[in-house]
Amino acid sequence: MSVLVLADHDQGVLSPATARIVHAVAELGTVDILLAGENIAAPAQSASTLAGVAKVLTAEGLFVADSLEMLLSTLTVRYHYVVASAGSVGKDVLPRLAAKLDLMPVTDVTAILGPNRFERPIYAGNALQTVASNQPKHLLTLRASAFRAAATGNAAPIEAIDTSGVSSAAKLIASHRTQSETPDLATAQIVVGGGIAVGSAEGFQLIESLAKKLNAAVGATRAAVDAGYAPNDWQVGQTGKIIAPDLYIAIGISGALQHLAGIQGAKKIVAINTDPEAPLVKLADIALIGDLFQVIPQLIAELDKIGLKR
Amino acid sequence: MKILVAVKRVVDHNVRIRVRPDGSGVETNGVRMSMNPFCKHAVEAAVQLAEAGQADEVVVVSIGPKPATDVILTALAMGAHRGILIETDAQLETLAIAKLLAKITAEENPGLVLLGKQAVDDDSNHVGQMLAALTGRPQATFASEIKVTGQGLEVSREVDTGRETLSLPLPAIVTADLRLNTPRNAALPQVMKARSKPLATRPAADFGVDLAPRLVVEKISPPPERVAGKSVGTVAELAAFIAADISQMEAL
Repeated sequence: MSVLVLADHDQGVLSPATARIVHAVAELGTVDILLAGENIAAPAQSASTLAGVAKVLTAEGLFVADSLEMLLSTLTVRYHYVVASAGSVGKDVLPRLAAKLDLMPVTDVTAILGPNRFERPIYAGNALQTVASNQPKHLLTLRASAFRAAATGNAAPIEAIDTSGVSSAAKLIASHRTQSETPDLATAQIVVGGGIAVGSAEGFQLIESLAKKLNAAVGATRAAVDAGYAPNDWQVGQTGKIIAPDLYIAIGISGALQHLAGIQGAKKIVAINTDPEAPLVKLADIALIGDLFQVIPQLIAELDKIGLKR
Repeated sequence: MKILVAVKRVVDHNVRIRVRPDGSGVETNGVRMSMNPFCKHAVEAAVQLAEAGQADEVVVVSIGPKPATDVILTALAMGAHRGILIETDAQLETLAIAKLLAKITAEENPGLVLLGKQAVDDDSNHVGQMLAALTGRPQATFASEIKVTGQGLEVSREVDTGRETLSLPLPAIVTADLRLNTPRNAALPQVMKARSKPLATRPAADFGVDLAPRLVVEKISPPPERVAGKSVGTVAELAAFIAADISQMEAL
């Protein structure tokens, strides 16, 4: 059996999600990785070092959903599995490719139970669905946060593929990136999240300073994003990013169902909130009742005192 | 321009769902149902384009059992002009839904098809993309802004790295995200008026589409429960917990 993994990358950097996807699917068969897009030399190099990878295919060019579907549909004849992370690119293209090939995809997979059995959350994570597929090919998106990363040390060959004949009706005319020095939210080991109680964009700088101290990613609730305190790609929840860090520190977050759906995979939860009755305080492993504006500076000072370095 | 909007009837998003003890599914008997929230954003976007004179007809289609008429009426009360119910009691997969919508798209030939980005029951996030593939049209998913330009559309969409803007020639498929707009609640006179708007009901079997499921749903189970932890009284205790947790994490 053979697997094609569509890698996520941005600005010349391979997404940490890809190593997790590769590790998750390595048991299904030999894995080839496709790097499609602009500025892919460095991420292709990174991909070639992942354990379990047989070959890295590169397709240089600007791809959007329709052209990426066209490119993938020419490649998929050779593979039993086509897999992407359940990020914006995977969500955009995998269902499109599936319909083109007359297949039902299985998306947002959180566990691979066998060669054709998969588990995925439904109803915002309030139920888990186990599905089996007897189709000739399996098109999957995986939640990277639910899987561990592949080791490195491999040196798989890198091979450029011909993309002539691939075209797109849609055109990308602008993109606005959020600049941040913190790690990738979807795959970070530690996430510090802020809610509406953080009160302002300036307040979020306090959240960021704790995140920097812990080498953590920064997350935000939908309400905090809607209020303009945080950029929308920081949003954690059913309609934002789904995270599964080892440690989640929720600051001024009461815990709306929407947000809880996004953090269900977190192993340990710490809550800092003024309201002892907040749902997130009740399900946290450790909760501290207090004013975040006093607690966070104290917490950073205490962590310094302990000598924590990350 | 004609706009086709697809809407889905789902368990109301405010209802706390209950998994049936036998693992056969989620309890829907006696549970409040309503229009999928993302579909409401799609209807609102279509109605706003019509109000701005950029669309002349908004046709709303739903696929489901007879009671799905209710969500079509909701869309008509919001300002859509005409409704179509593709009636079936079967639980259809997204691929079958997309195929039925492709048939309606071929019949109606809209300049734009608007859908919600995902349904809050199966959370699939497939149908817009599948419809785009089946009709060979360009797509813009997770739309937070739609502008009609001379040649087509400019759609801003939310992606992992921030936001991006696509230009799409028409006809096109767009799926709505939460920031696209704030859906209106129709006032009673509009709700009454909606009942007199045209609404056609057509059996799904008449479309000549293979509706048989491709996947076998073996079981539906509740997620593992999280055990409640404890409260600490001081920041020092909290810092000690975080430091201990991090050193444990790094030891693995």
